[in-house]
Amino acid sequence: MIGLWARYYRAQIKLSLAVQFQYRVAMAIWMLDIVLSPMIYLVVWTTVAQSSGGTVNGFTPSDFAAYYTVLMIVQHITQIWHMWEYEYLIREGGMAQRLLRPLHPINEDISQNISYKILMLMVLIPAVLLFVLLFRPAFHTPLWSALAFIPAVLLGAALAFVIGWTLAMAAFWTTRIVAINSLYFTAMLFFAGYLAPLDLLPRFMQMIAGVLPFRWMMSFPVELALGRVAPEAVLGGFAAQALWIVFGVLVLRRVWKAAVRRFSSVGG
Amino acid sequence: MSASKSAVVIQNLRKTYQVHEREAGLGAALRSLVSRKSRDVKAVDSISFSVDMGEMVGFLGPNGAGKTTTLKMLSGLLYPTSGEARVLGYVPSRRERAFLSQMTLVMGQRNQLVWDIPAIDSFELNREVYRVPVAQYKQTLDELVELLDLGKLLTKPVRNLSLGERMKCEIAGALLHRPRVLFLDEPTIGLDVTMQRRIRLFVAEYNRRYGATVLLTSHYMADVEALCKRVVVIHHGSILFDGDLTALVERFSPHKTIHVKLADENQDFGAYGEVISREEGQVVLRVPKADTARVTGQLLANMEIHDLTVEDTPIDEVIEQVFAQPKEGRA
Repeated sequence: MIGLWARYYRAQIKLSLAVQFQYRVAMAIWMLDIVLSPMIYLVVWTTVAQSSGGTVNGFTPSDFAAYYTVLMIVQHITQIWHMWEYEYLIREGGMAQRLLRPLHPINEDISQNISYKILMLMVLIPAVLLFVLLFRPAFHTPLWSALAFIPAVLLGAALAFVIGWTLAMAAFWTTRIVAINSLYFTAMLFFAGYLAPLDLLPRFMQMIAGVLPFRWMMSFPVELALGRVAPEAVLGGFAAQALWIVFGVLVLRRVWKAAVRRFSSVGG
Repeated sequence: MSASKSAVVIQNLRKTYQVHEREAGLGAALRSLVSRKSRDVKAVDSISFSVDMGEMVGFLGPNGAGKTTTLKMLSGLLYPTSGEARVLGYVPSRRERAFLSQMTLVMGQRNQLVWDIPAIDSFELNREVYRVPVAQYKQTLDELVELLDLGKLLTKPVRNLSLGERMKCEIAGALLHRPRVLFLDEPTIGLDVTMQRRIRLFVAEYNRRYGATVLLTSHYMADVEALCKRVVVIHHGSILFDGDLTALVERFSPHKTIHVKLADENQDFGAYGEVISREEGQVVLRVPKADTARVTGQLLANMEIHDLTVEDTPIDEVIEQVFAQPKEGRA
């Protein structure tokens, strides 16, 4: 059984890669998308640090460089865009085609997600080298923390996918998904550690970030990669990730069932 | 008809859509924010029929009659509002893997092949999705390539294929898992006559080779005449007729047409029947079937006739008459 699934995933990823290879120009644009925003935030915070005597709350320009270099990697690995596609999929009949197959449509999205990320490694690796050369990041990460980064970023990617995919289901009820998605990504900007490292946010915002899922998608793995998580807080972080994933999957299953029911009632 | 013999069984199947309505204009748009008016539209209104294993049935009706809604209910895309549908013993709306693996829905205007890459890549993916053993996949693919003359088409990006070529690839892609039940919704729409014929021949051959059950909708009566002995006519959501194609003609066309060639076409034919056309020495009359022999005899006796032929009304015209039936007039 596992062999059959592995074969399906291999075929689907191969096909998705073949499709994505067709869009070379788009790849160049996506590269800008990956590099540009971390670079802007990095430049802004470096300027702020330099103008306030060299540090902001203990973050030196090299710390910011390290932070945004890792954030760029984590952002790439945890990225999800399916919430922008579902309205089109439903309207143009793609959803009906997917429902006719003896396979849960989420599998196709997981494969596409993985294949895009594999493909864009070709872009990500030079981008990381560029960041290292230009901004000279400084890492003071203990080995155990660097190792913990790997499962943390994978769990973060799983969490981001589960929540993002559940959000994509909104397209079954409304055609105005842009508003919902914008709200989601704005929350992410603040609470995932995008706009600024969470350490720099006011205390109450840090508390909110702790109870929302966004920190556990992006900021937590980044903090581990930089050695900024105390050893006693690591297990709690993994537990928060796991809990959010379990909760997310339970919600996803319910929402998916309701979405199919909705789709089957009103027609595609 | 026993259940085991039937591939498709539909009983009192009904589908009602709720449609929101509002007048044009900003005022109406604002009012609709507060109170939305909606009404129920019966797309399919309590229909029942069944299709035997291996049977090919034409499912006919004008646009909006409920054909596609029915096919979508049978393929598990739509939940029925009430009533029951079973396909190969499965309840389609449960969308069980075993059910989805044994049927296919081909919609002439919808695509399943990935646009940017050659069809063969999509086929390979379908093999994994449907878990088709490699040997069976190769055999089916070879057969489909031969029957549909796919040859070089498979390695060209789908976006570079013509409409007809793409449709052939779509059909092949939909049949790689050798479905036992085929729902074909306008499979020849927009295709030229040669391609239509090719696809018709193919469907007939697939049915013969694999004993597959086919439920086909088409606006081209040539498709239906070539493939289906039996037709089910749906109109305004209800079944208007279910039986042999020849019986349909009998029932809905109680006329025959008489083509008469003669020296002077400008004579009065009013006493013989309804004149449909009159040009260059030829007159076409429509007469009730029962009167055909009498009228023919009278024509031959009373007029100087060069040639006379009697024909059934063309099936297209019969269907036109069936579709023109008012809602109340249905059987």
